[in-house]
Amino acid sequence: MSQRVTVHDPRGYPPKVVGKRLAPRPPSIERKTVYLVDCLFDNSDVFIEQLRLWLAEHLPGVTTRTIQPSKTWSDDEEMRARIRADGDAAILAVGL
Amino acid sequence: MELEKDGVPSVGVHTHVFARLVKATALSHGMPRLRQAYVPQPVVDRSAADLRAYIEGTDPVSGRPFMQEVIDGLTRPLDEEDLQGQSFERSTPRLVEPDTEDDLHRLFQESHWTDCLPIVLPTEARVEAMLKGTSHRPDQVVGRLRPAALREFWEFTVEKVAVNAVMAGARPEYFPVILALAASGISARSSSTNSFATISVVNGPIRDEIHMDSGIGVMGPYNHANATIGRAYGLLSQNLQGGSVPGETYMGSLGNWYAYTAVLPEAEERSPWRPLHVQQGFKPADSVVTIFFGGWYTQIAYGPRATWQEKMRHCLTAVEQYSPPLIVMDPIAARGFVDLGFDTKEELIEWCADNGRLTAREYWDNQWIQYLMRPRAVAGVEPWASRLKAAPDELVRIFEPEEYHIVVAGGETQGTWKMISGSRRATVSIDAWR
Repeated sequence: MSQRVTVHDPRGYPPKVVGKRLAPRPPSIERKTVYLVDCLFDNSDVFIEQLRLWLAEHLPGVTTRTIQPSKTWSDDEEMRARIRADGDAAILAVGL
Repeated sequence: MELEKDGVPSVGVHTHVFARLVKATALSHGMPRLRQAYVPQPVVDRSAADLRAYIEGTDPVSGRPFMQEVIDGLTRPLDEEDLQGQSFERSTPRLVEPDTEDDLHRLFQESHWTDCLPIVLPTEARVEAMLKGTSHRPDQVVGRLRPAALREFWEFTVEKVAVNAVMAGARPEYFPVILALAASGISARSSSTNSFATISVVNGPIRDEIHMDSGIGVMGPYNHANATIGRAYGLLSQNLQGGSVPGETYMGSLGNWYAYTAVLPEAEERSPWRPLHVQQGFKPADSVVTIFFGGWYTQIAYGPRATWQEKMRHCLTAVEQYSPPLIVMDPIAARGFVDLGFDTKEELIEWCADNGRLTAREYWDNQWIQYLMRPRAVAGVEPWASRLKAAPDELVRIFEPEEYHIVVAGGETQGTWKMISGSRRATVSIDAWR
């Protein structure tokens, strides 16, 4: 039988994960304001516009507002503040 | 995720190839039940009609109508798990369960801890020997790495870096260079769809101390230090950041051969110009490593011959607009440029910046320029704002001089140079890790 050897584990140390709750959901988005967040990927603006048109045709009671973050790959606090101030929900597209 | 924390119900829309990555990212942020919807890949280059068809079609992950998935995600009442999120602690042990060498090699391979080539098993004795290559304590924290901006950082110690250095076949005398690379905070295993790799350049006395070779075959498999330091950087990146697994923590569509190993020393003594680290403000006697992020394209030329300007312009305009050139030049070619009147690297770089131009139309017709640079241009940040204002047929600079770099290396068997995609990300002291 081959000899057993002891070796080191090559992996680093992962951080502790703290659970975070989801935001409360409305029963419907009728008469609500939904922000459509264009994540700035190439062609995501075209996708967002098609999403806006679909909602306008199929759920005319929904108010949509299109918004973009000021920079890519970053948390735009100003944009979030705007959504928080007068938005009821958000759809972010198209992200990785 | 931040919007959910703000109390705004949200749904993220992704393309289906990212489903595993999205799930893993949400879990690592404590929100495994974050609501998502998926459309087919790709979105880029698809017409409005195509994208409308995605919206009216089926979510390829859930199999349900896409818009039903979106609206359901915004309105479905929360259950107990949604309210709690998921807290957990993960740990990685110091040692692996003892086993036979064959079984351990299999374990490392199947756990995605290797680069798919055979590794040296990191026994306690080998790791202890590697640790003698530095004065730093084994339990000292070296830094943190992650595969992408949206992922969580993992932390690591000197001992963990030593484990990966052993696996790569490196020798203890190389260890300060490997620690400096690990401390840079730049991962050599980015998860980007663009298949990035890193290319690292070593300057200063350590090159000779550890017998790196800047001569014949400098970018090939001909020097033990060059080869194993580069390999160690790749292995430590993937293992210390939490993995580089296709579909989960690696999404490079084509992959990149530079990712196996890409470290070279500059031929400072045979170069007619100032070495790279001195250009960055270090002293000639400092030992330093500079990390370039790229490896997308590689072009080659000879000379400078009579038509060098045309050739150089062809190369400069064939680059990927987001990833500036790192030019690795054989000393024969470097001296040839001196003969043409380029007494410094900076003078040649100035010529490159002035001649590396595209029409504004072509410059902006690039998905990464659109994604990364256009927001800056719209915000008025230069030089992108001026490039955006340019008429479609106006020639605009692709890069500014500070984005270009030249390194002299090679065996002088050919007056040649390579232009490699490489954006300078960090220059780190090796002496600090001796």
